[in-house]
Amino acid sequence: MKRSYREALRGALRAALAGDPRVFMMGEDIGRYGGTYAVTKGLLDEFGAERIRDTPLSELGFVGAGIGAALGGMRPIVEIMTVNFSLLALDQIVNTAALYHHMSGGQFSVPLVIRVATGAGRQVAAQHSHSFENWYAHIPGIKVLAPATVEDARGMLAAALADPDPVVMFEHVQLYNLEDECPDLVEVDIVSAKVRRPGSQLSLITYGGSLPKTLVAAERLATLGIDAEVIDLRVLRPLDAPTVLASVRKCRRAVVIDECWRSGSLAAEIVALIVENAFYDLDAPPARVCSEEVPIPYAKHLEDAVLPQPEKIVDAALSLFGEPPP
Amino acid sequence: MIDFRLPSLGADMDAGTLLEWKIKPGDTVKRGDIIAIVDTAKAAVEVEIWQDGTVFELLAEPGTRLAVGELMANLLEPGEQPGAQPGAQPSSAARPASRVPPTTPVPPAADGAVKPGAPPVSTGMQAPGPRKAASPAARRRARECQVDIEQLTGTGPHGAVTIDDVERAAARAKSTREIGKEAGDRQLAMRQAIASAMARSKREIPHYYLFETISMRRAVDWLAEENARRPITTRLLLSALQLRAVALALRQFPDLNGFWQDGAFVPAAGIHIGVAIALRQGGLIAPALRDADKKGLDELMQALADLVKRTRAGSLKSSEMSDPSVTVTNLGDQGVEAVFGVIYPPQVALIGFGRVVERPWAEQGALRAAPVVTASLAADHRASDGHRGARFLAALRELLQKPEDL
Repeated sequence: MKRSYREALRGALRAALAGDPRVFMMGEDIGRYGGTYAVTKGLLDEFGAERIRDTPLSELGFVGAGIGAALGGMRPIVEIMTVNFSLLALDQIVNTAALYHHMSGGQFSVPLVIRVATGAGRQVAAQHSHSFENWYAHIPGIKVLAPATVEDARGMLAAALADPDPVVMFEHVQLYNLEDECPDLVEVDIVSAKVRRPGSQLSLITYGGSLPKTLVAAERLATLGIDAEVIDLRVLRPLDAPTVLASVRKCRRAVVIDECWRSGSLAAEIVALIVENAFYDLDAPPARVCSEEVPIPYAKHLEDAVLPQPEKIVDAALSLFGEPPP
Repeated sequence: MIDFRLPSLGADMDAGTLLEWKIKPGDTVKRGDIIAIVDTAKAAVEVEIWQDGTVFELLAEPGTRLAVGELMANLLEPGEQPGAQPGAQPSSAARPASRVPPTTPVPPAADGAVKPGAPPVSTGMQAPGPRKAASPAARRRARECQVDIEQLTGTGPHGAVTIDDVERAAARAKSTREIGKEAGDRQLAMRQAIASAMARSKREIPHYYLFETISMRRAVDWLAEENARRPITTRLLLSALQLRAVALALRQFPDLNGFWQDGAFVPAAGIHIGVAIALRQGGLIAPALRDADKKGLDELMQALADLVKRTRAGSLKSSEMSDPSVTVTNLGDQGVEAVFGVIYPPQVALIGFGRVVERPWAEQGALRAAPVVTASLAADHRASDGHRGARFLAALRELLQKPEDL
């Protein structure tokens, strides 16, 4: 059945709420308004105000409350409207949620799921458009997910709820309208990266909102005679290094596509991983396509210019190939 | 810390395969000791070390192909303490050898001071130019396929050599190799080595040629008399006499004994005569009779016999392979009267002897039959002129007239 990424997320939330009385939701505008991106539309009517809780504009407070509820035996799902606002809750996420298991000597777990909308492309300007996935992928003690397909939107939540540790799940705002065939029930892991398009000459490594752009670029490259493999990281922490390295060792060239800014990006981490482990398999220096290092602009043409786009990915890929042999 | 690098065992050698280590970490070595056996295109060669020291670490595994100048081992200088590297003590059992790039920093000495690395042992040329752009994968595959990256044209970004370039070159080399498969790879490799050296010689060296017919009457008579007195085992060959005469003549003409390097003549430190020795399976090697001018006739004869035997057995020492300063070729036993040789670069001269033949010979107004030999000189006109060459051949002629003084 064809469904959207948004519907797949809602289906996953409904299934979780229906299947486990410990599951409840908190977040800004998720109840009466139906969610900023309409993911939670209708859930308030179906599950009631006790389980679908609108919160004040207080990320630090409601994320902290979620941690407390998780410690108390609940399975809270906290929605943060955009990754820019998640910075307000960083203290709770980094200094509390990520540390409790460690600091209690393993006595306490924090089975909390935080859903965060991320990324640009909807003309909501700099304070609502950034990508900070790499900030979270830096932190030991949390798992970081980036569902980039309808299937993962449907399947990752259950796996995240089943995980005893805090999980941060990034939903790219450009993906909510993405449609694809997806069964009503799917089971996915939150361990592995996946090959979304097999290829032999070039590894295009990406995640989240850049996956569709990368697949478009791969098709264009195919018309230019370059057979690109597309790797969807899916799990940003811990990284599935073997899948990435196997692809790079096979293709010998790699471009990493990441909507974060280049400096200190997750793309930088992937390139380091490749160079450290597959240096002698490389036939060209690894390349990156990231966002230009400016606040994401409001104007449409400027926003488009700043973000990774299929043309930029194709150009970066072509730069790894020289002239064809005579 | 002493870096031991693969020496050049001949001007035409740019790589060799380590067959065997004769040392292990902790061993004490002296100058001149044989420390490894390396297979070149021509022979398995015993490689000597030119510094005293204690073996610290072996960095190449037997079976590995190494470029000339590549780091093979580290040795501690006498009195030097190993740096504080865990697990790298010389007393520890041989660690799995790992390849280390030549730029590996010298480990600090125990007092914390960093000692400058000893100069490379190689007498050969190895100044590396700017490194060719090649991908890591291409470099690794080139090592596996024994393809010289420097010779390839890259098709990668910015002209970098890619793994495909290497594989194409390897496929080409393989088809060339297969042509000579029946003759055996060794012969083919030697043929290629000779081809490369001789082509370089004719490409780079402006040869001039001189010859002189020399009466050997006195030499032949003296030799017959001398040999009649000797047991068979210590009898002399005429070629030993000729070599001795060449060695003594070269003392007066140092400009024929040395190397043309980097646009200038460099005289050799000693008179190390490369003796061209044909191999039974084909090809030839010209290992050195070291300090030929300092050896008496008997000693020279012994050394010559020993050299021929070991050359044909394939057990030459690295110094013999690498440092002939001039070459003598004697095609007399092939029945030809004269030979005009091709100089073995970077040497600057080659002396040839033909067969000793009886010819009508006019001397002091009388004509009689006499044994004569045609001695020739092929010399590098960059290093010497015909006038000098002529005087050299004249000196050689005079020396051969007084065999009793040789």
